[in-house]
Amino acid sequence: MSRPPVSRPVRSEAGRRPNIGAVRSSFAPWNDPDATPLVRFESVTKRFGDHAAVDDVSLDIYPGEFFALLGPSGCGKTTLMRMLAGFETLDAGRITLAGEDLAGAPPHKRPVNMMFQSYALFPHLNVEQNIAFGLKQEGMGKKDIAARVAEMLALVKLDAFAKRKPDQLSGGQKQRVALARAIARKPRMLLLDEPLGALDKKLREETQFELMDLQAELGVTFLIVTHDQEEAMVMADRIAVMREGKIVQIGRPEEVYEAPNSRYVAEFLGDVNLFETTVEAIEHPMAHLDLAEAQAGFYVLDDDCPGPGSTVWLAVRPEKMRISLDPPAADARNVLAGEIWDIGYTGDWTNYIVELPGGKLVRVARANSRRFVDRPIGWDDKVWVSFDPDAGVVLTA
Amino acid sequence: MSRPRSRAAILPGLWLAILFAFPFLLVLRLSLSDTALAIPPYAPQIDWSRGLDGLKAFFAALDFEMYRRLGSDRLYFDAFISSLQFAAMGTVLALLVGYPMAYGMARCRPGTRNILLMLVILPFWTSFLIRVYAWVGILKPQGLLNAFLGLLHIPPVDLLYTPAAVQIGLVYSYLPFMVLPLYAALERLDQTLLEAAADLGSPPWKSFWQVTWPLSIPGVIAGCLLCFIPMVGEFVIPDLLGGPGSLMIGRSIWMEFFANRNWPFASAVAIVLLVTLIAPILLYQRQQAKALEAGR
Repeated sequence: MSRPPVSRPVRSEAGRRPNIGAVRSSFAPWNDPDATPLVRFESVTKRFGDHAAVDDVSLDIYPGEFFALLGPSGCGKTTLMRMLAGFETLDAGRITLAGEDLAGAPPHKRPVNMMFQSYALFPHLNVEQNIAFGLKQEGMGKKDIAARVAEMLALVKLDAFAKRKPDQLSGGQKQRVALARAIARKPRMLLLDEPLGALDKKLREETQFELMDLQAELGVTFLIVTHDQEEAMVMADRIAVMREGKIVQIGRPEEVYEAPNSRYVAEFLGDVNLFETTVEAIEHPMAHLDLAEAQAGFYVLDDDCPGPGSTVWLAVRPEKMRISLDPPAADARNVLAGEIWDIGYTGDWTNYIVELPGGKLVRVARANSRRFVDRPIGWDDKVWVSFDPDAGVVLTA
Repeated sequence: MSRPRSRAAILPGLWLAILFAFPFLLVLRLSLSDTALAIPPYAPQIDWSRGLDGLKAFFAALDFEMYRRLGSDRLYFDAFISSLQFAAMGTVLALLVGYPMAYGMARCRPGTRNILLMLVILPFWTSFLIRVYAWVGILKPQGLLNAFLGLLHIPPVDLLYTPAAVQIGLVYSYLPFMVLPLYAALERLDQTLLEAAADLGSPPWKSFWQVTWPLSIPGVIAGCLLCFIPMVGEFVIPDLLGGPGSLMIGRSIWMEFFANRNWPFASAVAIVLLVTLIAPILLYQRQQAKALEAGR
């Protein structure tokens, strides 16, 4: 059985790099060898014709976790979720839930509930009846159903809309009904397929936090499928980045963002500058990389860096770069000289696109933390871009 | 707002006026007339030479005599009832046969679906009369059906010129009118709704009754109306396949018109038939409007 590629452990060296990312979280059952996963995907494969939509995927999801499957459309994330819900059969491997093999269990007998991307509300039933649908199937008594429905309506703040039909609701209200309907049965696990895809930006942000609160309140394990990296980063405890049916990296949002294991992950999550370079020397804990555009080369942490002579990529996020109108000290490392090629001002950030002498473009993002700037940077200005030795990640793939 | 709308209604309005309202008024006028030994065989006629007086005399001569006769004649009442029974039974049977057909078609791949749809419509390429005649060949004592039963060593059945033959003919002829609206309703059905039902704990057969069936009701009603209404007035099928026992109102109208040359009476029967059939449609529309209101 192949194990998924896990984020590389970030070595803690004498207080220099104890933490990765800006978020402290004590919830990490995946690091606890005694913790039992709620769901285990074991070498799961699904083929459509010759094409493997899901290719030998192994994955553990722990109780109480908010887990995100992230990837572009067609990467197999939805298929993986649908296999858990029972809508797709497995071609190989197995899925267990709380230790029980789900093979052969039809969708209506699985203790998971799904919130569909299209919401799939029953158009002939009103809000109340939609929420009650799953409870009715369990043979729950009328009184209990009414009580539970009222509880759900209050939870999603739709009390006033109980008698409305789905086509008389707004997108956001439909989304809440779909959510209430899916959690009414108290599933072991809630599956959310692009739950916020149909909402506008403002509502999406609000709903993200509501979903997180709800998950904390209910203690239910959430599995979310999304192509929106921001959505995954904001909500999830862990993210699995998928590509062409495989999981390429699993980790906390901060880990996949700050310590991507490949150019694909680095580029999929946020913006990144990639430099193809050659390793010149390893001077542990630093590596010296050679690059024509950088006068003194790059001098970065040597984590996972192969030996001298190998070709590697250095990934540096735009917000970890500095931009200046003044040349740095002569012996400074990690310095690139160039000209401003384009500027994108978004209010909270300014994105400077800098053209290096060879024609390569580098993106630098600067937080607009001041309202008044002494020497604003303009088009065609000559600038120097620099970054700290620990700002870059050396990638071999 | 109402202007473009009312303008758009001109053409269909004109259409209805020429092809429905005007003929309807003609038939209504006929039904209020009396039989006469003349050409055309009814009275009164408008005497245009007397001008306004002629028109007055004409209207004065119209009466409800034919309707009174219709009410007092048990035969026609029975014919109405039996027509409604035939049509009701035929509609239910067409629904029972048509629903699984439409359901199966809607579940096929798009390519296969279109072929099946063609096959449902294909019989229309042949004359209706010929198709009904073909059933004579199938149902007659030495016909195809009995030949087939003979092969299976089952005693022959005598169906031709019985009410059963009429029923078979009705279901056969009107089945496409049931299948097509049902297919349209079922094909539109969002498959994720069935997945949602399964996800919420409903086994497939329950999902059918909880999701598929209620969402196909508009198709069921459309199909039933499209079958029931023409079935009630059907004339060819009872005439060709039915015996003297299969009394249907369409046939009565034909008899009155052509055999008895009693145009006014035939018209009165036709008007009563029309009114009978309009009632369920109006009821259905009112109920639909109410349902729409209740939803708001």
